[in-house]
Amino acid sequence: MTNIIEARGLVKHYGEVKALDGLDVSVPEGTILGLLGPNGAGKTTAVSILTTLTSADAGSATVAGADVFSSPGEVRKRIGLSGQYAAVDEHLTGFENLDMIGRLYRLGKVTSRQRARELLDRFDLADAADRPVKTYSGGMRRRLDLAGALVAETPVLFLDEPTSGLDPRSRIELWAIIGELVARGTTLLLTTQYLEEADRLADDILVIDHGKAIAHGTANRLKDMVGGERIEVTVGDHDLSNARSVMSTFSLGEMQVDERNRHLVVPVSGGAAALTQALRSLDGAGVEVRDVMLRRPTLDDVFLTLTGHAAEEEESVEELV
Amino acid sequence: MSRIAAALGDGAVIAKRNLIKIKRVPDILIFVLISPIMFVLLFAYVFGGSIDIPGGSYREFLIAGIFAQTVVFGATFTGVGLADDMQKGIINRFRSLPMSRAAVVVGRTASDVVYNVLSLIIMALSGLVVGWRIHNGFASALAAFGLLLLFAYAISWIMAFVGLIVPSVEVINNAGFMVIFPLTFVANTFVPSQNLPTPLRVFAEWNPVSAVTQAAREGFGNLPVGTPEPTGWALESPVLYTLIWTLVIIAIFAPLSVRRYRTMAHRR
Repeated sequence: MTNIIEARGLVKHYGEVKALDGLDVSVPEGTILGLLGPNGAGKTTAVSILTTLTSADAGSATVAGADVFSSPGEVRKRIGLSGQYAAVDEHLTGFENLDMIGRLYRLGKVTSRQRARELLDRFDLADAADRPVKTYSGGMRRRLDLAGALVAETPVLFLDEPTSGLDPRSRIELWAIIGELVARGTTLLLTTQYLEEADRLADDILVIDHGKAIAHGTANRLKDMVGGERIEVTVGDHDLSNARSVMSTFSLGEMQVDERNRHLVVPVSGGAAALTQALRSLDGAGVEVRDVMLRRPTLDDVFLTLTGHAAEEEESVEELV
Repeated sequence: MSRIAAALGDGAVIAKRNLIKIKRVPDILIFVLISPIMFVLLFAYVFGGSIDIPGGSYREFLIAGIFAQTVVFGATFTGVGLADDMQKGIINRFRSLPMSRAAVVVGRTASDVVYNVLSLIIMALSGLVVGWRIHNGFASALAAFGLLLLFAYAISWIMAFVGLIVPSVEVINNAGFMVIFPLTFVANTFVPSQNLPTPLRVFAEWNPVSAVTQAAREGFGNLPVGTPEPTGWALESPVLYTLIWTLVIIAIFAPLSVRRYRTMAHRR
């Protein structure tokens, strides 16, 4: 299988900050790569370089057979980009935006118009097609922006955090649309800080942190890297230390303990049998169990194991500031 | 497709987009239309009574000066428009499309010609109301308007470059005024340059804004016998002098602006 996107050793500095530190990316034809990482990991920088918006300090990259640095014009003909901030003109109507993009891809007048109407229909924007984008909701703008990336039916698509900041319903709608695209064989590079999104959409996940790849594989393979199931248990007010010593006998690795919420995450093996046993032991030790569950590892666990911090923690810090 | 054809074709798409915006945000247009009327009235009635033009009437003398001043002021729109675009997400879309790298700037300077055409029409009408007349025939008046627009187009390219180097839209308004005020006032726009103190007079005589004003006055026939004759080669051949400036400005600032746009760091 040939790689449609192939980058080697990308390095990018912004002043003192090393945004990318030797990143390799390869995406085989017709697959989706999820570039997963917290804010500031270098996801947008990587997309900016691969879409010719930004130069790199070192490294090489080709997209759909064209060299990103020596023939950026050729690359631009073969890609569609939808960014994390909706790149649409708010004074233009939805139709005018897509028509303009079609003209700039040089599709010609007739094709541009036809394509704009088609996409507006498909993205459920037909009713709002002739209203200025200013009057659109956030979800509608994102859909229009995504439609903009599809105008020329390019073989490669880059979607930079396509659903960040969207409400859950809009997010699910957008996921459905992205799912359809892939069914048509488009090659897609998707960045996200939502683990669920990468899990759901991507064939392959590249986890990056501080501008470097720290893991690569399918969602299942990444989950296997951090082991089997987990028991999550929440205990009564004075039972935490007791629960800790009981559960340590079941734990296959390091337990995560949240003291404030009296919550324990314990890596185990043996499934339901392990859960039954653990509950018996807790009961025997007089620990009040308020909530308990058995689950497969999530990408959150992967992240925590690989980086020592949660994927979305930096985002929540930013939100507090 | 050759590079120039691509720049013009894609530039036309961008210009159309800018013009749609004029239609959707008419506040900008209202400013464009009202401010020249204000200038005509202000100078005709407030200053006009105190300024004496030997051989003619001040209002006849004044209007070409206001034309020149307003179209030069109009160039700030180019800078503001571009600075505004550069801060919006849409510019990343443009930069990722296989379009000419010159189109955003070419389209902006082109759509701003429309602003200037509109404000010239409004000014000419208000000029006619206060007593300004065309004496040399329609063709030469049209040529005078053409020269004003051409000169304004050149100034647009300067402001385009300024719009691409300033960090924000607010800066461009202030920076624009600092350059454009002296340029349009230390000239023969509102008073004959002969009366100015020597250093200012020399500046005014070689100021291209004076030349375009002088050329317009000649075109409209607003220089009756007895009006003080200008001195210096620039004002004696104002059309040629204006054309030279226009070409030189475009030759310098068009490539500079396009290059600036191309290399502009991904702002974010």
